[in-house]
Amino acid sequence: MKRLFLIVVAAIVLLSAVLLIAIVGNERESELPAPMTSAVANIDDQKARGAYLARAGNCAGCHTAQGGQPYAGGRELPTPFGTFVTPNITPDSYTGLGAWTAQDFWRAMHHGKGRNNKLLYPAFPYTEYTRVTRADSDAIFAYLQSIAPVAEAVAPDRLQFPYNVRALLYVWRALYFTPGVYEKVADQTAEWNRGAYLVQGLGHCNACHATRNALGAAGGAALGGGQVAGLSWYAPSLTSRAEAGNADVPIEEIVALLSTGRSSKYAAAGPMADVIGQSLQHLSAPDVRAMAVYLKSLPHSRAVESAAGELSAEATQRIAKGGKIYDKHCKDCHGANGEGAPGAYPPLAGNRSVTLHSKLNTIRSVLDGGFAPSTVGNPRPYGMPPFAHSLSSDEVALVVSYVRNSWGNRASLVTAVDVDRSGSD
Amino acid sequence: MKKIALFVLALASWAIHAAPLAPPDTIAERVKPCIACHGSDGRTVRNEYYPRLSGKPQGYLFNQMVNFRDGQRRHRAMALLMQNLSDAYLLEIAGHFAAQAPQYAASKNKTGETPAPALITQGDPSRKIPACAACHGKSLLGVAPNIPGLLGLPADYVSAQMGAWKVATRRAPQPDCMGDIAKQLSDVEVNAVANWLAAQPLVANSHPAAAVTDPLPVKCGSVPDIVSASSKP
Repeated sequence: MKRLFLIVVAAIVLLSAVLLIAIVGNERESELPAPMTSAVANIDDQKARGAYLARAGNCAGCHTAQGGQPYAGGRELPTPFGTFVTPNITPDSYTGLGAWTAQDFWRAMHHGKGRNNKLLYPAFPYTEYTRVTRADSDAIFAYLQSIAPVAEAVAPDRLQFPYNVRALLYVWRALYFTPGVYEKVADQTAEWNRGAYLVQGLGHCNACHATRNALGAAGGAALGGGQVAGLSWYAPSLTSRAEAGNADVPIEEIVALLSTGRSSKYAAAGPMADVIGQSLQHLSAPDVRAMAVYLKSLPHSRAVESAAGELSAEATQRIAKGGKIYDKHCKDCHGANGEGAPGAYPPLAGNRSVTLHSKLNTIRSVLDGGFAPSTVGNPRPYGMPPFAHSLSSDEVALVVSYVRNSWGNRASLVTAVDVDRSGSD
Repeated sequence: MKKIALFVLALASWAIHAAPLAPPDTIAERVKPCIACHGSDGRTVRNEYYPRLSGKPQGYLFNQMVNFRDGQRRHRAMALLMQNLSDAYLLEIAGHFAAQAPQYAASKNKTGETPAPALITQGDPSRKIPACAACHGKSLLGVAPNIPGLLGLPADYVSAQMGAWKVATRRAPQPDCMGDIAKQLSDVEVNAVANWLAAQPLVANSHPAAAVTDPLPVKCGSVPDIVSASSKP
């Protein structure tokens, strides 16, 4: 009890201090001279480049409602803080960005501020977009201003108290946000720097592939993996050999997965399938390769020794039961030994996404099934049926436990409660 | 000892891995996720809800998949499956099922032997409701490319669609003819029509009519060609 009291007092003192710092030292940005709009040789070239960069940033992915006009907003983003409704960023004067200038857009991208100094919620990933150069920001803006305006007002955000108090973002920004364009690392190649620029900036990979703290800030190590905010999917670590780290993966395989949605061992699923379908498949070969080079070079944690303890008799029994379900529903495609069919059905033996410490993705794959995305490189993807309608929670738990613990795989068992709690997004 | 055993096991499994499966590079292989629920021969499987796909017109099937993907129809599993598939691929999938001949046995209830409800053959002119047969074909097997057949569907499925039209969770391009019709029907009428349709036998190798011959009695946004045909003087 006393401890709790102390924690509360400490929190209040800390918050007040931060608030003070935030407000006093606040937002020097407004005093800085506005960067000059970059000189543009050819406006059409600039728009074309902007269209490409908007794809790289997957702006349309969030700023388009299901079945709606591209960039007209209205998509709902569920988060632990409430539901955000993405704004219309077409050039409509009243409901979109029609009245904005390139300077306004830059301030949003770089400083996370809308017009009239309105602080933006970091659901808009300005924490990553701040790495984007002024020239690229201007190009994206030029493109967005060139598309057909859509007059469509979106519903207001539905945030819970206290998150709906926008002024609290001063505190949040003081704690978690440092504006700054990407700075090239001198002793790295141009390709590596390009990859880093895309991954850290427009790609905003860290928006999903990192743990978010209680205030929604990406904490922990960059690209260290975390559950996707508001979704029942786990974005695996890109720096761990036990997860989706690429240190030991050939460049060609990384490129294949990012640009086509499949590699010899993996097929993109869940939110990553969206990202590849909407964004990454449209990037140039050199850009995807640059991203792969950078991702492969990230410092990786050492492979974790799998905790190959003895399985209890009960666990062995449950795994065996799962094997029967596997034989009936999964074996035809994934093979009697989890060997899969490269390019069509991912192997499950030795598949790191199956043995992740988070059980979410494998559970969701079994419940929802899914196709890899249609891409230029893989226009007719193979797919997996959903089993939510035909298997009980316990059956799903059994079969997932089986694939996590067969053919050399070893990971924790899954319970029916895990399946029930995996949620439906 | 255990280590050696594990090593041998690993070696053995590696040897097996060396010979992965090679699924056929066909559309039939690719639609396996569909037939898990919809059945491979047009029969619905598992429960009496999922509609047949076999032998439905290609344009209709394509429109439905696009509608699930883009939110005009609501079904979570379908929306997730269609989410990242291209129009070209969906059209190919639709063509695959359209080319199949449905094999379907009517349900055994006695409703099939009763005369068709008037809505099916005559509609209700007083409420400007056309007969089902006026658009869906005299044999109710649909009309290519966009009008679906009504036979060989579970009664629960048909009545659920009527309900979805009423509350606009199933929508089609304007004018949304079926939405307008469904909103006028009572639950009793919906059930009578759905039960009677579900009880009719579906003759083997039956196919939708090739094309609309008479102008449709109502305008339908999902049948654009027909709109122009019917608006001709």
